[in-house]
Amino acid sequence: MLHFERWKIALIALVTLTGILFTIPNFLNKETLASVPAFLPSKQVNLGLDLRGGSYLLLRVETEGINKDRLQSQMNDVRRALRDAKVLYTGLGVQGDSIVVRITKQEDIEAAEKAIEALSTLIAGNVLTGSIGERDIAVAVDGTQITVTNTPAAILARAQSAIQQSMEIVRRRVDEMGTTEPVIQQQGLDRILVQVPGLDDPQRLIKILGQTAKLNFRLVDTSTTAQQALQTRVVPAGSEVLYMTESPDTPILVKRRIMVGGDSLKDAQPGFDSRTGEPVVNFSFDNTGGRQFGDVTRENVGRPFAIVLDDKVISAPVIREAILGGSGQISGNFTVQQANDLSILLRAGALPAPLTILEQRTVGASLGADSIRSGIIASIIGSVAVVIFMVASYGMFGVFANIALIVNVFLILGALSLLQATLTLPGIAGIILTIGTAVDANVLIYERIREELRSGKTVIAALDAGYNRALAPIIDANVTHFISAAVLFELGSGPVRGFAVTLAIGVLTSVFTAVTVNRLIVSTWVRRARPKSLVL
Amino acid sequence: MMRLKLVPDSTKIPFVRYRHLAVGLSFVVVIAAFAFMFTKGFNFGIDFKGGTVIEIATKEPANLTDLRSRLGKLELGEVQLQRFGDDHNVLIRVGASTDITEADAGDKIVNKVKAELGSEVEYRRIESVGPQVSGELVKAATLAVIVSVLAMFVYIWFRFEWQFGLGAVLSIVHDVMATILVFSVFQLEFNLTTIAALLTIVGYSMNDTVVVFDRIRENLRKYKKMDLGELIDLSLNETLSRTIMTSVTTLIALFALFIFGGEVIRSFTFAMIFGILIGTYSSIYVAAPVLMAIGITRDWSITQLTRAKNNAGK
Repeated sequence: MLHFERWKIALIALVTLTGILFTIPNFLNKETLASVPAFLPSKQVNLGLDLRGGSYLLLRVETEGINKDRLQSQMNDVRRALRDAKVLYTGLGVQGDSIVVRITKQEDIEAAEKAIEALSTLIAGNVLTGSIGERDIAVAVDGTQITVTNTPAAILARAQSAIQQSMEIVRRRVDEMGTTEPVIQQQGLDRILVQVPGLDDPQRLIKILGQTAKLNFRLVDTSTTAQQALQTRVVPAGSEVLYMTESPDTPILVKRRIMVGGDSLKDAQPGFDSRTGEPVVNFSFDNTGGRQFGDVTRENVGRPFAIVLDDKVISAPVIREAILGGSGQISGNFTVQQANDLSILLRAGALPAPLTILEQRTVGASLGADSIRSGIIASIIGSVAVVIFMVASYGMFGVFANIALIVNVFLILGALSLLQATLTLPGIAGIILTIGTAVDANVLIYERIREELRSGKTVIAALDAGYNRALAPIIDANVTHFISAAVLFELGSGPVRGFAVTLAIGVLTSVFTAVTVNRLIVSTWVRRARPKSLVL
Repeated sequence: MMRLKLVPDSTKIPFVRYRHLAVGLSFVVVIAAFAFMFTKGFNFGIDFKGGTVIEIATKEPANLTDLRSRLGKLELGEVQLQRFGDDHNVLIRVGASTDITEADAGDKIVNKVKAELGSEVEYRRIESVGPQVSGELVKAATLAVIVSVLAMFVYIWFRFEWQFGLGAVLSIVHDVMATILVFSVFQLEFNLTTIAALLTIVGYSMNDTVVVFDRIRENLRKYKKMDLGELIDLSLNETLSRTIMTSVTTLIALFALFIFGGEVIRSFTFAMIFGILIGTYSSIYVAAPVLMAIGITRDWSITQLTRAKNNAGK
């Protein structure tokens, strides 16, 4: 027990110093930190949103709608393919998850099948799902009826790409809001986790993320009025009734055909109308979009067109002249913030699928600061009380245990900084709990030494037996703690996971400090003092 | 030198003699826990039930009656108001009503509340959990408790014998049920951090039990002819000082957290404090009596001894 090889002492000292070195940056302010030389650690503990304040959102990408949209456009493809192949057909339509068409002439069936087959493409293969070489649609012929279905692999691939794309759009929108260090991650199959530190108004973020932001420009159908269409329940073919964003009760009849889509937008910026001074959004198209917009406006001078965002009409101005410059202006009685938010949405692009919010948690900066303060106060008071209690119970050996305890706290903080794990309020609770339980190993050892002394052993023999025999229960006891921390880590999210992390780190470091560091201190003391008797 | 000694040097408390009383008491607790679970149920937080929680801070001491009537007319469904910590902080809970929370996780509720209360109050915390996530959290939490109990059983079985494993598991189940009982009786909020506390209690209770078991195993080798009851008593007395010391240091730390750690984690700390107390009791009065009841094959201690010797020689 007394003997420590030199390399072991060096190793213990090295681990301890490393722990302290990695902890120091947490006590420095930003300016000092910036001047720390690069070879020294400068990472601070990553504070969780519950401590620094900020918003946490869990979103779900509603991929179900994608296939419906897809079926519609595939139906148009089928129609074109059959027309090009000069095949006569009836009853082309979507039934459930498939497109069904009846071929009029028996002899055309083979040609029809071929024409439709030609529409299929190879899907981007995925090694993991084994979908390499699969095609996106399957064509089945039953008598004169042809059924076209999307393969499961294609549906999956489309959902995955929608999620990837959504992540990208979400990232752009969050970035456009001028936030710092947002975290955007995919979670599970179809979820996106958004964490924005320092954001105190999550409702604006939710509003921005909650919009699909599909923008398009369409002509207003003037053949009849919307009121009449609603009353007679006869909506002209190729048109639909939409409502105005400003006054949700006002219907307007809009053609389904899209003149120019929002994907042709190159830029959008908030601004003010030069005449009225009201907030507007100035936009510009890319080349193709600009040409299309120019063509349509030239052909429809004098007619109104609708600016449609997510199936709601922002405004429906009359085209006064052909707009050839590829740029324009959207006005709709916006506030400055609305104009700002709309241009963010237009710049970032449309989501491929709607997002729903599954969970939102926001902590204000003041509550976070309060939590840090009370966490620190509780830690200090708890530690001091434990330290006093240990000295009262074990005298000098209590001091030895306390030194180990302090090293332990440094190691925990150092490990958290090094691993860049997130420290949460329950995480602070985990550290305090660890302070309480870390001395357990020393208690086990000391109680054992007491027993051995009582049984009449010499000091050295009692110390030796104490450390050796207490080791098995120490390991067992800490493994059980570690198991519960590991399970908790797997289960938990956010704050609870932070608790599991500090608990697990605390178990590892406390075994090292309470057993190894403490033993080194005691053995050094024994060698120096050479005690004949020991009262513990 | 003066020493603080919570437990005298040599105690001879006849723990085993009172075991029937203790086992009876534990049975009552577990049965009562089940009874309460199915009749009174729990005061589930939004993690498990879904819904919205908004913590506000008012400039003047909050007038709950006024707030209640203002929020009441918003027709949000079930609204509860409660002081949180001091006079200025109020917790607003809105239950998960099906039409509102389904798609937007309470965002409409939050917007309505914000529109009503405006900027005269500070919004310290806004949390909303939709029904989909809360359902998953219930599943994950239940699974976590079961998995950790099983993992403990396997570990103890591996380190000791199955009798010990069973004793350990019964003592954990006892601790979990007792904590659950308290949460149900007093209708304390049961949320995700409560599960974290439960798992910590499981780990802690196991820790205590393992130390006692370790000593029983050691004494089984040392006193081959001693009556099992006597031997368990001896082991419990020998480890009593440590059991109490560790409970006290842990409780000191937890009380500091309970008093100074703030309102947000108070129920979390409370659960842990209760669990430590019950865990200390159960490692003495649940785990050991189970060993008494099922008995231990003592021949086993010989093979364990040789294994231990081999290990020590390494």
